[in-house]
Amino acid sequence: MRVLIPGPLRDYTANAAAVSADGLTLGSLLADLDRRFPGLRFRIIDEQGRIRRHIKFFVDGVQAKNLDPALDGAAEVMIVCALSGG
Amino acid sequence: MRKNNMAKLDIARGRRATLLIATRKGLWQMTADTTRRKWRLTGPHFLGHVVHHCVADPRDGKTLLAAARTGHLGPTIFRSADRGRTWHEAKRPPAFREGSGRAVDHTFWLAPGPAGEPETWYAGTSPQGLFRSEDGGATWVGVDGFNEHPMRKTWCGDDKDGTPDGPKLHSILIDPRDSNHMYIGMSSGGVFESGNGGAAWRPLNAGVKADFLPEPTPEFGHDPHCVRLHPVLPDRLYQQNHCGIYRLDRPAERWQDIGASMPKSVGAIGFPMVVHPRDPDTIWVFPMDGTKVWPRTSPAGKPAVYRSVNGGKSWQRQAAGLPKTQAWLTVKRQAMTADQGSPVGVYFGTSSGEIWGSRDEGRTWKCLAAHLPHVYAVEVA
Repeated sequence: MRVLIPGPLRDYTANAAAVSADGLTLGSLLADLDRRFPGLRFRIIDEQGRIRRHIKFFVDGVQAKNLDPALDGAAEVMIVCALSGG
Repeated sequence: MRKNNMAKLDIARGRRATLLIATRKGLWQMTADTTRRKWRLTGPHFLGHVVHHCVADPRDGKTLLAAARTGHLGPTIFRSADRGRTWHEAKRPPAFREGSGRAVDHTFWLAPGPAGEPETWYAGTSPQGLFRSEDGGATWVGVDGFNEHPMRKTWCGDDKDGTPDGPKLHSILIDPRDSNHMYIGMSSGGVFESGNGGAAWRPLNAGVKADFLPEPTPEFGHDPHCVRLHPVLPDRLYQQNHCGIYRLDRPAERWQDIGASMPKSVGAIGFPMVVHPRDPDTIWVFPMDGTKVWPRTSPAGKPAVYRSVNGGKSWQRQAAGLPKTQAWLTVKRQAMTADQGSPVGVYFGTSSGEIWGSRDEGRTWKCLAAHLPHVYAVEVA
């Protein structure tokens, strides 16, 4: 599955804006993403499995509020860093 | 003693003093010439990162650890083995136990471990958590004796309580004679002591006021802003507290109020506490207005450092070179420090992005840098 990586996380992906990862749920996709790019997950998911403040996930354009959504048939996950400059 | 003597020798050999300046927008370094008259600013590293603390390892003279996060991204630790030329991120940054319900918002305080354990570091977090690394900062585990202590929440309050930037565990102090003997400070919570390497803790706050609580002299719940242990007289502790300045000479258990001898017009409220590297009786504080709504700026807009050379019995105002009026400086608890030189150099950074330095133990001051972001911490490397 294609995962779109926002600018603040591209140090982990050798500056790639889009990478591939696999998973049946958003949670397992992020686990796979962390195997491929160690350290990335903890910057966006806290130690209790909660999405960090100002981080958003969109699965084929629909926002996921937690890591549970199944990714059956989904083509793209977008990670967004929102509203935390300044 | 060994650490201090080595550092003093470094300066005597002409090694240049370096300041590590952690700010809300990144990390800078300033390096002095051998006279400490001229300084060169370099950086930034981690531009845009909130860097709460950057500390040099006195055990090897080349390792730096930096605690960072960004507005978006969670907290992590960066390590440099070459005094900041290259950095590597921790493989496992400080994080609470899964299932505990707690999450580290940021690592606030970094402390090298004892001299005999060259790979050991400690970290204090917001909310209050204590972590330890035994591999030079690459992986961190919680110190369960504190983090899982059944009284922790009672001591500290809820994770959403605490100071405006979040409740904090800070001032991790290790007795150089016995690495199992430790102190920590918490805002809020107070000062706590462990005699067994962090497996068990007890409050150590007798004599310290907490006038913001219903019981003004409680056993815990205090707000020590910064606690220091004197490196050559480890039984001597000082603290700048939300409610004054205190000194404790172990094995005594009761802190002495040494802020009472400050001028009433200035008060005894501030964040940092700095100790002289060789003289246990010499200390510096940076008073800030603690009246009414706690503006935390230089009283009356007239900044001054205050020094005591007799363990807090009396204080001298040190303001030569600092602005005389309309200067509303705020200096955070980690943003003031001293080097090992002779005479000692004293330095502080302000929330308005200035770095001030004195090469004569505070007698005269000079602005070394301006226009930096909000300074969170200044440490000597």
